[in-house]
Amino acid sequence: MMVDFDFMVGGEAGQGVQSISQVLGKTFTRGGYHVFADQDYESRIRGGHSFSKIRVKNEPVLAVAEPVHMLIALNKETVDLHRAELVSQGAIVYDSERVTFAVQDPLFYGVPLERLAVERGGNKIMMNSVALGAAIGLVNYDFNLLAQVLTEQFAGRGTVAENNVEAARGGYQYVREYYSKYGMEIKVMGSSRRMLLTGNDAIALGALAAGCKFMAGYPMTPSTPILEYLAGKAGDFGLAVVQPEDEISVINMVIGAAFAGARAMTATSGGGFCLMVEGLGLAGMTETPIVVVEGQRPGPAIGLPTRMEQGDLEFVIHASHGEFPRAVLAPATVEDAFYLTTKAFNLAEKYQTPVIILNDHYLATCYSTVDKFDLSRVNIERGDILSEEEVAKQGEYKRHQITESGISPRALPLTKGALVVTDADEHDEEGHLIESAEIRTQMVLKRQRKEKGIKQEIGQPWLYGPRRAETTLVGWGSTYGPLREAVDILRKEGQDVNLLHLNELWPFPSETVSEVLDGAKRSFVVENNATGQLAHLLRAETGKKITGKILKFDGRPFSPMHIVGELKKEVS
Amino acid sequence: MVKMEDYAGGTPAWCPGCGNFAILVALRRALVDLDLEPYRVLMVSDIGQAGKLPHYTRGNVLNVLHGRTLPAAIGAKIANPELTVIGVAGDGGSYGEGGNHFLHALRYNHDITHLVHNNQVYALTRGQTSPTSDPGYVTRTTPQGAPTPINPITLAIIGGASWVGRGFAGDINHLVQLITRGIQHKGFALVDILQPCPTFNRKNTFAWYRERVYKLEEDETYDPTDKMMAFSKAVEWGDRIPIGVIYQAERPTFGDYLFPSGAEPLVKQKLDPFSIAPLLEEFV
Repeated sequence: MMVDFDFMVGGEAGQGVQSISQVLGKTFTRGGYHVFADQDYESRIRGGHSFSKIRVKNEPVLAVAEPVHMLIALNKETVDLHRAELVSQGAIVYDSERVTFAVQDPLFYGVPLERLAVERGGNKIMMNSVALGAAIGLVNYDFNLLAQVLTEQFAGRGTVAENNVEAARGGYQYVREYYSKYGMEIKVMGSSRRMLLTGNDAIALGALAAGCKFMAGYPMTPSTPILEYLAGKAGDFGLAVVQPEDEISVINMVIGAAFAGARAMTATSGGGFCLMVEGLGLAGMTETPIVVVEGQRPGPAIGLPTRMEQGDLEFVIHASHGEFPRAVLAPATVEDAFYLTTKAFNLAEKYQTPVIILNDHYLATCYSTVDKFDLSRVNIERGDILSEEEVAKQGEYKRHQITESGISPRALPLTKGALVVTDADEHDEEGHLIESAEIRTQMVLKRQRKEKGIKQEIGQPWLYGPRRAETTLVGWGSTYGPLREAVDILRKEGQDVNLLHLNELWPFPSETVSEVLDGAKRSFVVENNATGQLAHLLRAETGKKITGKILKFDGRPFSPMHIVGELKKEVS
Repeated sequence: MVKMEDYAGGTPAWCPGCGNFAILVALRRALVDLDLEPYRVLMVSDIGQAGKLPHYTRGNVLNVLHGRTLPAAIGAKIANPELTVIGVAGDGGSYGEGGNHFLHALRYNHDITHLVHNNQVYALTRGQTSPTSDPGYVTRTTPQGAPTPINPITLAIIGGASWVGRGFAGDINHLVQLITRGIQHKGFALVDILQPCPTFNRKNTFAWYRERVYKLEEDETYDPTDKMMAFSKAVEWGDRIPIGVIYQAERPTFGDYLFPSGAEPLVKQKLDPFSIAPLLEEFV
């Protein structure tokens, strides 16, 4: 049965918008549905306006849609702000005993949220559970699945779980009694053991799966949850997680730990990354493997801390003075974020150089239903690390030995028989500081040769739709979901469109990009920045000029319909 | 048995008469006295003539960016606590560029030893003022004279350091003892070393120091575990400059907190993707 239902929850910061969103999402995931939810919130602790859209579909979904079928309003302002987005048969659930409107709206499905919270749960704080029960009840979904999720959420807190379930039941029963006229139903589809998680969750899990043993981080939106998740798991999984005094300390600690032989990473945003840039060069020069997650948000400076942008692409690709190889991966989906993170650690260690995971606030915070990650697909490839026996066979160990591939065999400090010496200055094979023009040239070429190897390991861009089309949309990173759905919508309307999407961006996959663009009459780069950075990069790396750019830089993500609309404007 | 030859290195690119020569000899002697083989030692250094010291002896060497010796040393120590980690930097890197790292390292008590070549000037870049230049010190960037200096000894004691010592490049035997004790100390050991720079610092010379330094070890009443006594010595500068172990205390290290049951070093642990299977369940 076709289901494509959008819930929206709205309220002030601190009212629990995000937790309602997550519980709702889990409840439908358990019943076999695919869920995609995004978060819109301000940079504050209380007050203001936050909202979340939760899309429930009977087939895989990677974007939210524009129309809202049910609005759960935790305050009056939410109704005022979002009323216009409701579909004609939509529903607005709100606390009818605490909020009054001048005009009764036919879409109102008032529920005494606070009263029921006190009567059934024992505390007005449970009004969110009442609202959840009401939402599930209106679409006549299985209450037991909601009860299950709430019980798990409050596990280990005594009677809190059962009180919340009772409060939710209160909301459920109220709407079943008074609002059976609502009409739209969502029946349980099946049972599923899919995960519901965010891009940040996926990256943190990917790091653990890849054997990350050292994580240093300084809190910065949107990447703080990665630091916190790993800190919470550090004891059980044998890693060290440190929050140092500033981001410069962070990057240098990561380098120290990696030099000693631990898989090491950090996660930050654009501003924090700026402070780490000199360190990035240090990793490149000393050939130390590090993984840096850069979760983009609108800049420059503080920008919009809790919003979305793809403004750091060219910055990250070129960051730090001087020249050295790196890889840049920009996950396209939550699932991709897990596997690319594991790949990042392998690339970093094999090629002994920094790898940047270019995330953004949208992917970091959206919830997506994903099949359980296939851990058998995760390989740990540490590159050429020498054992004590191997060290004994060689002559004197040289950390920066010149090789054809540019990769020097890597002994770790405290390996008997080897002394590991490296320097931030230009250095010789032994790692000692030099001035020589000849050695300098050799070392630059050696480091450069590594980039060829990385290029061979960079995955090809994703192609969605036919291999050749009249119009090719080009995107990168987290815009994959909205772009893919835009292509679906356009193709249903008879348009010959395909999507070329880059998630492994550097070294740039010029050959595939050129080939696909050659097959299109028109091409449009779609990205969340003002200057068209991918378009610029594409031109620089392939020589190809694209037809046009569809840009958005208001701090909000693309929706499929918005892309469709903009493309039609461009083409007409 | 470790010998001095095990620590023989290249010819230093230092000016004749530089205080760094004494520090190099003292460090090598200390490592030999402790019977530490070079492969067990990691020297982390940054920029300036001090930063080159590790290249003139033998050991594992991680030379990093200006001011970043401490975080790099800390990261390495956490990853492999079995390494003897020694920071080697100047007063500029330690107290200026790296000031924030210094301030916070005092709190965490990582088990590393930090040797500061304190010559009160930025010599490699040709003579600018440093955070520890005496007040009124005139340089091309401070024609009006330098302001009040950082006092690393008082800062370290107040900031929570568990071991604070001051040495002098003009007394190598004393310095060997000091460095040895610093390395042996379980926790963060700051060894601030008065290091005359014959090329640029015409004020704080070997002679100038010899008139002023005196050894705390020669005062039987001095108790380095007494913080207030230590502080009163820490503020002494000018006519009399105390050297020796100024303050010491026993307290848990950051390693004790991170790895309470003496766990296996991070760098030796097995990496297994399947270990996260239970975590995936938590997202269902």
